Amino acid sequence: MAFNVVVKVHPVVLFQIVDSYERRNADSLRVIGTLLGSVEKGVVEVSNCFCVPHREHDNEVEAELVYAAELRDLNARVNTQENVVGWWATGNEVTRHSSLIHDYYTIECPNAIHLTLDTTLQGTSMGIKAYIRVPIGTPSGNNGSMFTTVPVEITCYEPERVGLQLSSKTIGIKKSVEPVHELAQVSEATGNVLSMLDTVLDYVNEILAGRNISPQDNAVGRALLDMVNSVPKMTPEEFENMLNSNIKDLLMVICLSQLTKTQIQLNEKLTLLTTL
Amino acid sequence: MSSKVSGIRGGRSRVVPDDCPINVVQISGLPMMKMIKHCHEEGSGSVDVAQGALLGLVVEKRLEITNCFPFPKQDDSVDEDEAYQIAMMKKLRRVNVDHLHVGWYQSADVGNFISLPLLESQYHYQNSIEESVVLIYDTQKTARGFLSLKAYRLTPQAVVMYKEEGFTPDALRNLKVGYESLFIEVPVVMKNSSLSNILLNQLSDMVPEEDGLGFLDLGTSSVLEGHMRCMMERVDELNQEAIKFNRYQQQVLRQQQDKYRYMQKRAQENAARQAKDEPPLPDEDINKLFRPLPTPQRLNPMIVAGQVNAYSSHVAQFCSQAMAKLFVTQTLQKAKEDTGSAKSLQ
Repeated sequence: MAFNVVVKVHPVVLFQIVDSYERRNADSLRVIGTLLGSVEKGVVEVSNCFCVPHREHDNEVEAELVYAAELRDLNARVNTQENVVGWWATGNEVTRHSSLIHDYYTIECPNAIHLTLDTTLQGTSMGIKAYIRVPIGTPSGNNGSMFTTVPVEITCYEPERVGLQLSSKTIGIKKSVEPVHELAQVSEATGNVLSMLDTVLDYVNEILAGRNISPQDNAVGRALLDMVNSVPKMTPEEFENMLNSNIKDLLMVICLSQLTKTQIQLNEKLTLLTTL
Repeated sequence: MSSKVSGIRGGRSRVVPDDCPINVVQISGLPMMKMIKHCHEEGSGSVDVAQGALLGLVVEKRLEITNCFPFPKQDDSVDEDEAYQIAMMKKLRRVNVDHLHVGWYQSADVGNFISLPLLESQYHYQNSIEESVVLIYDTQKTARGFLSLKAYRLTPQAVVMYKEEGFTPDALRNLKVGYESLFIEVPVVMKNSSLSNILLNQLSDMVPEEDGLGFLDLGTSSVLEGHMRCMMERVDELNQEAIKFNRYQQQVLRQQQDKYRYMQKRAQENAARQAKDEPPLPDEDINKLFRPLPTPQRLNPMIVAGQVNAYSSHVAQFCSQAMAKLFVTQTLQKAKEDTGSAKSLQ
């Protein structure tokens, strides 16, 4: 039984869980749904999910399994590589009902993962936890099972990271945010790099002045040395050459593209002028 | 520096005219992430575009997009597609997702999206739902680090032209439609709910920050080469179309001359016959002899011109930010040289 399972979650999944929680029926306290993804060598990559309507009573749980199966088939038509890997629920603990729901999902896939997202914010943050169910007990005595946690990481495709960066601009602001123009993004990043450089400089100056020395300084110092050495070594003339030729190329391309634009406009006006 | 930069915002048609029912498109985090994921997974393999539907609602002049779902690839017949859409929307309605179908999205390489199927689909959408938009997601540009998500609608003139008149040059002149006035761009903004903001706060801790800086890369030649190649192909096509049109004009001119000569001959013969007191020749339908040549459709050249235009704006934008990065490196190098020379003086 593989205990060293790592769960990698895409941001889409978490967004979908939060959205389903916000849209839940007025009488439900928590929402559940299916997790889709792929399993490979002890790493479970969760890349999609959907919500399944359910109702919880004292001793039983009603979940619309037909709905779940149909939605899974619909999804399989779009994405053939995603399989059911487990299920998710909001809230911050594993309840008695979870065990029942987990039974169903173990039919779908052998080592089902259970993911919880604490939307009720009971702790200091929105905790993301993943569990797998392991059997416990003595062989001759009582048998049972327990949910034990497994580590969770966030993984993104490169474009997803870009999307996250834009979305994170809305943190703390009540109103909406426009996608940034390219030049503005470059200038923002330059500003960030500047502030990072300031921090590093302060740190190095403190060390040189003999204050605040700690044992990790050696490791940090070595990393800094690596970074400084990784700047490509070019003589000033080489650098000038490279810079000038690149700028010339770019300027030429800009000039040509503007020329093309003007030509198309002319072309259009001319064809309109002809009377037949 | 950021205030100076924000003044360079001269994109085309940022101001939406008043008669358009939608002023701004507001999208929340979930549909955007879903779109990115779907387009990324599709685009990495095939050449086909990734498409999907947008769901949301209309609030005054604002179109809010709250969810989306992808379409399966188009190998199936149209009926299966419809069944899929209906089934999907029914399911989503069960979990209280907004089920008003407000538009559709498509992925595009280099933001090159103007094509005949797109015009047709958008026309049908705008016909059935007044406020629909098409969201174009640029895969390559986002992979390089700049999120590119734009919303477009057909202009009223384009709708009229598509519906009634076909794309003859006369129709174009009457309606004053050019390749630039086919689509108007609607500005897109992003807004997240408070709970999503909390999630984002947490995610920004969990995702390492160093990885999101790929767009500061200085290498430009590979991207530029790809752009220029596509642009050259399009310009060739446009050239062919222009040659076709010129040939058509010459033919029309020649035909008119022939007609004129024929009429002259007719008149002469009739005069000769009248002089001899014979009945004049019957008046034949001149159109049957000189069948009028069909005017070439201007739709294709217009689409190609639109594509060339999109490419050139794209290239210009790309070059401007590449130059900005080069200038930053130049300043760094100068600083390095200054400290280097200062040290050697010490």
